[in-house]
This record gives sequence, C-alpha cells and structure tokens, in this order.
Amino acid sequence: MEAIVLQLLSGLDGGSAYALIALGLTLIFGTLGVVNFAHGALFMIGAFCTVTLQRILTLSHTVIDDTQKDFLGNPLKVQVPYIQDWVGESAAASIIDWSVPLAILFAIPVMLLIGIIMERGLIKHFYKRPHADQILVTFGLAIVLQEIIKYFFGANPIPAPAPDAFKGSFDFGVLLGFDPNVIIYPYWRLVYFAFAAIIIAGVFAFLQFTTFGMVVRAGMADRETVGLLGIDIDKRFTMMFGLAAVVAGLAGVMYTPINSPNYHMGMDFLVISFVVVVVGGMGSLPGAVLAGFVLGILQSFASMREVIEFLPGINQVVIYLAAIVILLTRPRGLLGKRGVMED
Amino acid sequence: MFGLNAKNTRLLFLVIFLVAFAPFLMNPFPTDSAMAQFNAGYPDLMQRFVIFGIFAIGFNILFGLTGYLSFGHAAFLGVGSYAGVWMFKLLGMNIIPAIAASVVVAGLLSVVIGFVCLRRSGIYFSILTLAFAQMMFSLAASVLTPITGGETGLTLSLNDPRIFGAGAVDGNIPVPGFFGLEMRSTYEMVMGGWSFSFNTGYYFCAIIMVLAFYASIRIFQSPFGLMLRAIKTNQTRLNYTGLNSRPYTLAAFVISGMYAGLAGGLMVAMDPLAGAERMFWTASGEVVIMTILGGAGTMIGPVLGAGAIKYMENIVSKINKGILEQWFSFMPDGMSDIFVTLIYPFIGKGWHLTLGVVFMLVIIFLPGGLVEGGQRIKSIFSRKKTEDTPADGAKTPAE
Repeated sequence: MEAIVLQLLSGLDGGSAYALIALGLTLIFGTLGVVNFAHGALFMIGAFCTVTLQRILTLSHTVIDDTQKDFLGNPLKVQVPYIQDWVGESAAASIIDWSVPLAILFAIPVMLLIGIIMERGLIKHFYKRPHADQILVTFGLAIVLQEIIKYFFGANPIPAPAPDAFKGSFDFGVLLGFDPNVIIYPYWRLVYFAFAAIIIAGVFAFLQFTTFGMVVRAGMADRETVGLLGIDIDKRFTMMFGLAAVVAGLAGVMYTPINSPNYHMGMDFLVISFVVVVVGGMGSLPGAVLAGFVLGILQSFASMREVIEFLPGINQVVIYLAAIVILLTRPRGLLGKRGVMED
Repeated sequence: MFGLNAKNTRLLFLVIFLVAFAPFLMNPFPTDSAMAQFNAGYPDLMQRFVIFGIFAIGFNILFGLTGYLSFGHAAFLGVGSYAGVWMFKLLGMNIIPAIAASVVVAGLLSVVIGFVCLRRSGIYFSILTLAFAQMMFSLAASVLTPITGGETGLTLSLNDPRIFGAGAVDGNIPVPGFFGLEMRSTYEMVMGGWSFSFNTGYYFCAIIMVLAFYASIRIFQSPFGLMLRAIKTNQTRLNYTGLNSRPYTLAAFVISGMYAGLAGGLMVAMDPLAGAERMFWTASGEVVIMTILGGAGTMIGPVLGAGAIKYMENIVSKINKGILEQWFSFMPDGMSDIFVTLIYPFIGKGWHLTLGVVFMLVIIFLPGGLVEGGQRIKSIFSRKKTEDTPADGAKTPAE
C-alpha cells in the first residue's frame, strides 16, 4: 500500500512536466494547426532562463577584505555580488537563494517574446505547407536553438538548487496514517506539482472565462467564421503561441531543481510529450493534461522493483507501449475529437 | 538500357562514375597543401558516404514516394548492425552471411512495425514509428544487454564460436572479409603531391550502393512506384476507387526497412561493432535530414544529401579556431577578429548548428532540396536562351 502511494506521488511530478509541455503543444496545434517539434527547445530555454538569472544575480566584483587573511597572510580577496551592494547582505543572500522561483518572473516576458518572434518570423509562413514540412522546419529550429544554448552554456548540466526552505523531504505518510519514514517525498516535487496544477487551471480559466479566451475557442472551432465577424483571429492566435511558449518555459524553469538543465533536456522531453499529446487526442486540451498525468503515473508504477522483476525493462518502454496500445484501440486518443488531424 | 529510360540510364551512369572515381574526386587537393583538410578521400569517410547513401535511398522509397514520414528508421539500421555482428560471432568473418542476416532481420522487424504503424497516417504514423524506435533503443541499451552489449555496444571477442572460420588469427580477432579479400585493405597511390587511397571495403559498398540505386530507380519507374505516388497525392481518393492501399504502403515500408538493414550490415562489415546509439531517434532524424536536404522524392537527391551531411560532419567539424584565424589572416586585425568570432560558433563542435541552419533554410526556401536548387539554377540559364518560346508558360494552366 505504501509503495502504491509512493509511486502515485512520484508519478505526479514527472506527469506534471509532461502535462505542461503537452498542454502547450496542444494549444499550438489546436489554434494554429502546427505541429511544433521545437516545443521541447522552449522547455529547455525556460530552464536556461533560470540559469541566466542565477548568473545575473551572482555577477560579482572583487573586494579586498582586510578582516580576513588568506594562507599567506595577505588580505583576502572576496567576490561580492553587485546585488549585495544594493540591498545588503542578508537580502542578497535570500534573493540568490530564491533565484529559481524568481526566474518565473524573468522567464515570462522572455518566453512570450521568443514565442511571438518564432510565430511571426517562422511558423506563420508554414500554415499552408504540409504537416511534414512543419514538423521538419520546427525540428531544424529545435536543433538550432539547442546548439545556440550549447554554445553559450556548454554541454554539461548546470545545477540550479531549490531555495533552502524547500530542500529536504516531507514525511507524507504521517498525514495519511502510515508509519513515519515510509513515504517521504521531496518538498520541491510537491511544489512542482502544485505549480503545474495552478498553471493548468490558469490556462483553462483563461480560455473559459475571458472574452479573449472565448474568441480563441471560437477560432479553434471555426477560424473562418470568426474572421468573417471582423475579429483579427491571427493576432490572437499569435498570442496563444506566446502563451504556449510561456507555459513550456515555466515548466522548464521550475524543473531545474529536479533535473539540472542541459542543452538536450528539451529533446528528451519532447519525444515523450508528443506521445502524450497523441495519447490524449490531438487538439484536446483536457486530453493532453489527463494523458500527461496518466503516463507519468504509469511510468512510475512501471519502475517499481516488483514490476521490473516480473517484466524487465518495462520502465523504459511503458509509455511507448501504452501509446501504441491506445492508438490502435482508440485511434483518436483518449479524449480526441472527430475531424482533427484525420487527413 | 537495363530496362531504364534514357534519362535514368544517364543518372545511373553518373552515379557509377561518381562512386567509381570517388577516391580521385574526393581528393582534389595535394596532401601537404593548406586545403588538404577539405579532402574527403579517406576510406572511412568514403565508406560512410555510400552506406548512408543506401540508408537515404531506402528512406526515400518510403518518404519520397508515399509521403509517410517515419521518425524511427534508425531502428532498422541498428537491428541490422546487431544481426551482422552476431553472424560474425557465430558463423565466421565472411561478410555475405552478415549482410544477408541484417537485411532479413531488418525486413522481418519492419513487417511487424509496419503492420502496426501503417494503420495510421500523418503525424500519428511519425509518432508511432518514433515510439517503436525509442522502445527498441531503450531495450537495447538496458534489458537486452546479453544480446546487444548494452551501452558499451556489441563487439567481437576471441572466444566467439565462429564455426565456419578461424576463432583467432595470430592471437588477434580476424577481420571481416569477402572470401579472403579483407575489407580494410587499402592500396595507396601517390601521384606527385596527391595521394589516393583505394579501399576494398569502399568498393564493395559502392557496388552494393549502385545496385541499390538501380533497384530504387526500377521501383520509381514501376507501376508499384506509381501506386505509391498515388498514395502520396491522395490516399482517400485511392481508397474510394476500391483499392486497399495498405499492402502497398507496407511493401514500401518493408523495402525501405531492408535498405536500412543493408546499410547497418555494411556498417558492421566495415567496422565490426554495433552500439545502441545507432538506434537513437536523432539518428532517425539524421536520415530524414539527409533525404530532405538532397531532395525527397527524387532519385539522386538522397545520395547527394547523405554525401553533403557526412562531408559536413567530418570536414566542418574538424576546422578549429587556429585554422580559421589562418584563413582570415590576410585581413586587417580587427576585421579578421570579427569574422573569426562570427564564424567560430558554426565550425568544429558547433557543426550541428550549421546543420540545423542549413536544414531550416532548405525547408523554407527549397522544399525540393539540392536537386530543386540545381533545377532552378539550370532554368535560369536555359530561360535566357528560350525566352521567346511560350512552351513553358503554356503548360502551366491559369490558377
């Protein structure tokens, strides 16, 4: 029983990342009809927003500290972050400590800008081209973005720790009445899950309860008619692309403490996210979220020792296996609608 | 000739000429000149040109003709490699059983995968093939380690049975050969400042590539090829005429899977080791890029694309900062620094960036790849001559 709860929990954070990326992919697909292979790269860029912010915050200058001596007896040279000069030592320390959550604020405008530039500069020209061309050009873009990041940040993973307040683990089992130390779960993963839930709820609320969202939904259903009503639907769809980029970027920002960002993390997630989108049903937002969590949990259950002993290697392939089974039995995915990507 | 029309015969002879004289064509610069690093005429690279040429030709039969974009073709190449190495381990170092086994195993696998994946088309097909390939990669790297050697890869060892061949020659593992003809043996010819190497393995691969190319031309010309093109144009309409298109797509899938297996078999025949990274999805992406870059749906395109990419991979990635500075040293100091800084990210380890940029440019501006580029250049020159003949304009109807 403990094991099941534990696996359920650890499936949630992987599942949240899949769900967030898949949500963005589906948004782009549902509005613009474009299959975006560069979405993983957006996730990766989000993660590197954290790294960039961390580097900016820790930009330092050298100060000679007379109170401390190095081993030769000379005054010690200390690196002091500029930010410390402005706000004082303890405030600076806590700002640097909280750099990952702060990166959210940094990443939103950056990702929005990247998303809009990408859509206006490249994707726009591919609406009328076949899906294969869209896949290929975004695949090329993903390679380019990945290599640019690699050029600036190197090929090695760069650690970005969570704030001290969220380090360590939480004894989750005690709450549910299990023995202590049976179900322990890192705080940050709980934070990630909560964050993902908020973002997902926010996106749905935005689409459901705002006029902008209503127009976008109308445009998803029938683009031509909305255009005929005199609404500039293209501009709104561009904004949706930006929003999808922000969602992917934020998923990346918050994922950095779980997995140190490296330049190919986007590609690793992308392959799975596509599987998630297809399993959920192309163009269905609830489907993408549902499939993300289902596959995340499925993967963590498949990694249980008992299961691996019974079926070796199942943890590596369970997602793909599930995708194959679902696509063959339910061709439109879990919640897919008729008429989407049927050609 | 050979059942080909005049144009395709010319194409075939062009390819034969190119691969036969590749050792000369690839080595245009004297060995000790500054340009020698652009020489690609060494055996290892030439072998890769033709092997990836085969891989891309096969991929083109599926993607170029039917329009089904497979993102998992490297799986067949990887499986072919494993089958080849196992033949070396079990039977002996003759490459014929190894290559035959790789083709057969890859063919069988593609029947299974194709049967499942071809139930869907479009993006779903791409994702399904991707899922299968990733699954095979994960399994090969982890659970199937006894068969595949896991992450270190499958290599030969002295204790292999090799029932039809010697277990060891002079205490070493024997090398792959074709009835005594060693694949790695190379004849060096020195002419003045030039040196050309003629490698047995390269010519073996080249002959197979010419045969594979010939087969692909025949497929393109045949009624079967026409049927595949009809599937690409409008599958729904084809189905409405009462034709079941799936046997045709499955046949195309299996053929292209066998081409990939053949390429995998040749790879291990040249260098008898196989690793799981050959099946990783980026490897599948690479063959897609090759085919598109050269021109999907054209006969010569994939071969050109494979050559271009492998050339870039090996030559561009070898240029380093020192060489770059040397090139621009004729400029004033500031200028040369600017140029070096601008170009540096694209060379050496950054060659993937060049690849990505080139690939994007091709997709955006030249969807037909290098072949279309060549045709456009040709039409610029020929249009001047036939400016006043309206034959070209008359053929295209008004929109």
